[in-house]
Amino acid sequence: MRNKKGVNQFVIIFLIILFGFGYGQNVRAEGLETHNNSEIKKVNPEGKKLEIGKLIIEHITDAYDWHILSMGKHHVTVPLPVILYDQGHWVTFWSSEFHHHTVYKGYTIAEKGINQGKIVRIDKAGNLVRPQLDISITRTIAALMVNSLLVVILLLSVAKSYRRRKGMAPKGLQSAFEPLIIFVRDEIALSSIGEKNYERYTPYLLTLFFFIFFNNLLGIIPFFPWGVSVNGNIAITGVMAAFTFVITTFIGNKHYWKDIFNTPGVPWWLKLPFPLLPLVEVVGIFTKPIVLMIRLFANMISGHTVIMGFVALIFIFGKISMGLGYGVSVVSIGFSVFLDFIEILVAFIQAYVFVLLTALYFGMAIEVPEHH
Amino acid sequence: MQLLNPGLGVIFWMTIIFLVVIFILGKYAWPSVLKGLKEREQSIQESLDAAKEAQEQMKQLQLDNEKLMAEAREERNAILAEARKIKDKIVGEAKEKAESEASAIVESAQERIKNEKKTALLEIKNTVAEYSIEIAEKILREELKDKKRQKEYINKLLKETSLN
Repeated sequence: MRNKKGVNQFVIIFLIILFGFGYGQNVRAEGLETHNNSEIKKVNPEGKKLEIGKLIIEHITDAYDWHILSMGKHHVTVPLPVILYDQGHWVTFWSSEFHHHTVYKGYTIAEKGINQGKIVRIDKAGNLVRPQLDISITRTIAALMVNSLLVVILLLSVAKSYRRRKGMAPKGLQSAFEPLIIFVRDEIALSSIGEKNYERYTPYLLTLFFFIFFNNLLGIIPFFPWGVSVNGNIAITGVMAAFTFVITTFIGNKHYWKDIFNTPGVPWWLKLPFPLLPLVEVVGIFTKPIVLMIRLFANMISGHTVIMGFVALIFIFGKISMGLGYGVSVVSIGFSVFLDFIEILVAFIQAYVFVLLTALYFGMAIEVPEHH
Repeated sequence: MQLLNPGLGVIFWMTIIFLVVIFILGKYAWPSVLKGLKEREQSIQESLDAAKEAQEQMKQLQLDNEKLMAEAREERNAILAEARKIKDKIVGEAKEKAESEASAIVESAQERIKNEKKTALLEIKNTVAEYSIEIAEKILREELKDKKRQKEYINKLLKETSLN
């Protein structure tokens, strides 16, 4: 068992390195073309101030359009549909309308305040009001759709080779995915839930794992239609955490709830007259998924932020002197490449941690103790 | 703050997309993947077990073979020894028989020779007797041709007889 685990880990690390190798060159391209161009144009001709913080925040937050790159004053942007329900009507238009008008059909993108970056309506009094419902396909959702489609296509083709090559050795894509599938099944589902019930939850855990893993990995690729840190959006990780919470709550058996409301092996005065421990346990039910949500979100955001910071350094120094900019670029790109390798590792580790904890919560919820 | 402000639209779409992905993969991908894996693992285990068993059987077979070989060798030796014994016996018997037969032939030959000799001797005796009588007759005839001589001879015989 020990040995098998070691082999699995080796294969995974090998895959990660493979992915990363091709990626090292991409980041160089990104650093020099995509962001830098837009930044140079932003800074130099008009002599505006370099706003690194704003640039980074813009990069990692959601947006109504998908900005790919800027060439001079020309911006290449993929328009995305804006879908609003406001004042009893559905309002739909392309996000590209905001390039030509700051205010379109009475709507604009808030520049500050609680709704910063979101679409708001300017009412008669001049106040900015959020529409009742805003289900626009934002950049995050568009990227999520692309990534999900890729995951589904890849895994369906893997499943097809399992059907076609029954009883034969894995081949091609199948052999690339098989170690991961076996890893999730044996090291996560089986070891956390137990032999009796693990098969019921393995499909969900596998889906969750590949969903997170691919969104993490594809977020590192700097080219369209990737490069959007989907899991760096708190709503995305929140939904996945909510799924964990809902499933855990629904499958929880008598023993699980008894452990929460009447924890055995604890002095009675911790439960009566003031139910201190049950209160702590109930809060725990909610903190578990919240921690899941924040951990994945924060990990993804931090990686992208630091890499962006290193790339931005080039331009900060480049503004002081051209030569200094070039000099710093060598160090910056080196660090960025290094961080990208770490990001690839983090992409796997965070997917693993999220799924492992989910499996552990499932296991706790359905655990049947052998003796009370 | 913008970062920690989850968009309702994102939650809405994410829920739908995630559910669709769970549904599609749960229905069309994972069952065949997990089934395929399980079947393959089982068949590998079975093959390994079968190989092990075959090896054991092979070993047993080899052992049996060796035993059989040893037995066969022993039997061959026994058969050879017996054959040698039989051969010796047959040769000995044949020799004995030949010897006794030869001696019998020799004996009967000797007997016949004896008999032949006897008859031959008898014949010779008879012939000799006949010849003697004939000769004696002829002599007597010559001797007793005239009466005088006959008389003389009778007298001589008489004389001899009376002298006795």
